[in-house]
Amino acid sequence: MAYSSKTREMYQDVLKGIRDAGLFKQERFIHSAQAADIEVEFPSGSSVKKVINICANNYLGLSSHPEVVKAAHEGLNSHGYGMSSVRFICGTQDIHRKLENMVTRFLGTEDTILFPSCMDANAGVFEAVLTKDDVMISDRLVHASIIDGIRLCSAIHDTYKHSDMEHLESKLQLHQDKRLKMIITDGVFSMDGDTAKLNEMAALCDKYDALLFCDDSHASGFIGKTGRGTHEKCGVMGRMDIITTTFGKGLGGASGGCVSGRTELVELCRQKARPYLFSNTIAPPVVAGVIKVLEILSATTERRDKLEKNTEFWRKGLLDAGLIIKEGDTPIVPVMLFNAKLSQDVSRDMYEEGIYAIGFFFPVVPQGQARIRTQISAGHEIHHLEKALNAFKKVGKKYNILGKTKQEIIEMYGM
Amino acid sequence: MEEMKEIIRTYVVKEYVEDDTEIGYDTPLISGGIVDSFSMVSLKRFLENKYSISIPDDKATPEAFDSVNKICTLVKEYIH
Repeated sequence: MAYSSKTREMYQDVLKGIRDAGLFKQERFIHSAQAADIEVEFPSGSSVKKVINICANNYLGLSSHPEVVKAAHEGLNSHGYGMSSVRFICGTQDIHRKLENMVTRFLGTEDTILFPSCMDANAGVFEAVLTKDDVMISDRLVHASIIDGIRLCSAIHDTYKHSDMEHLESKLQLHQDKRLKMIITDGVFSMDGDTAKLNEMAALCDKYDALLFCDDSHASGFIGKTGRGTHEKCGVMGRMDIITTTFGKGLGGASGGCVSGRTELVELCRQKARPYLFSNTIAPPVVAGVIKVLEILSATTERRDKLEKNTEFWRKGLLDAGLIIKEGDTPIVPVMLFNAKLSQDVSRDMYEEGIYAIGFFFPVVPQGQARIRTQISAGHEIHHLEKALNAFKKVGKKYNILGKTKQEIIEMYGM
Repeated sequence: MEEMKEIIRTYVVKEYVEDDTEIGYDTPLISGGIVDSFSMVSLKRFLENKYSISIPDDKATPEAFDSVNKICTLVKEYIH
């Protein structure tokens, strides 16, 4: 047997190292559909507990929306369960192209190509459209999937300090001799909840003849007046060269993603992007569900408007309670605790109070910036948020962090 | 040599350090997590422009860029 006891022990040691470092990830089993109110089994084997979920990417509350579920059922009946093929062999149905066209209209771009996930879109897009003669200049806090995509691309890579436009401009000057320069950013940054300065970046692109790429996974459907994304909020609709996004968050929460942008770049992805060429098409029921999501969001801004109001209520409530949050206006609201153990303790106690919220600490966020990342949804009602605020007040009081400054919290608990 | 060290140290601090981390001439830059390997490209291009040299890609390794002292040694190899 090749998997000898020596090999097994080696891997057991690796896992022990992860546990000893406090980095072992434990899944929590959810027995209900995704929603504001969920039923959770944690730890494994314990009885199921009803809690309020404030850590899902279910920004628009569409993950279990009856119309979306119905559309997915209908898609299942009319177009089947799977396609048993990649897109270009025999995996493209009429509904796949219909969804691509709908996304193009929704985002205000020229064309769109679907991928099995946004992770795949980011993994494939750079290699498909750039060569070794080009440079990719990315924000230092872009999502891990972008980093992976950059690694797979032969173009050289440089970074600029997070949202520092002066630094970005210096990099554009440094690399002016390159055939193509692509600025790469997230629209909304997933850990801090802040928004890219796409208007300033678009101006720099004009000045230095650069391309603009944005991963809008934490924005599509709800950022901007009509929910088109960060480019709408920043007033640069039509000026984006590439937008990647996911259907796994606000847009229904199931799976799938896309590259949307300039016609030629999308076509190059269709010809060359490896996750598109070598991975299965999105399953028909999911495609049908996302089509319904876009129909709902194109007909009314009711859900993103509710999310905006919920977010304002939540941010104000946390500040009034004396907690420290990252400034911003998006539904990603990090409650800063700075110390890793404190973030785990607060998360555990919040769960005891019936609130499901996760602590993040190094290496997911920089050292000394541990936090509870809260994510608000249009699926939350005010009573959900009030209960969660009361839990934060109770737990915050227990740890004596209400009304305290960052320095005071660090003095009590360390970095 | 001392002047070159100080120029490189100043560049590294300005370019990569976002808190009050002290950078000495032997501070491990890449293995110490101060400069990520992606960001080495701007350091390489800075050195090439500043000293009018060309550093071959296979010499611009994380090991060769791991401290101000090591970078100086590398740069000196290509200055004529």
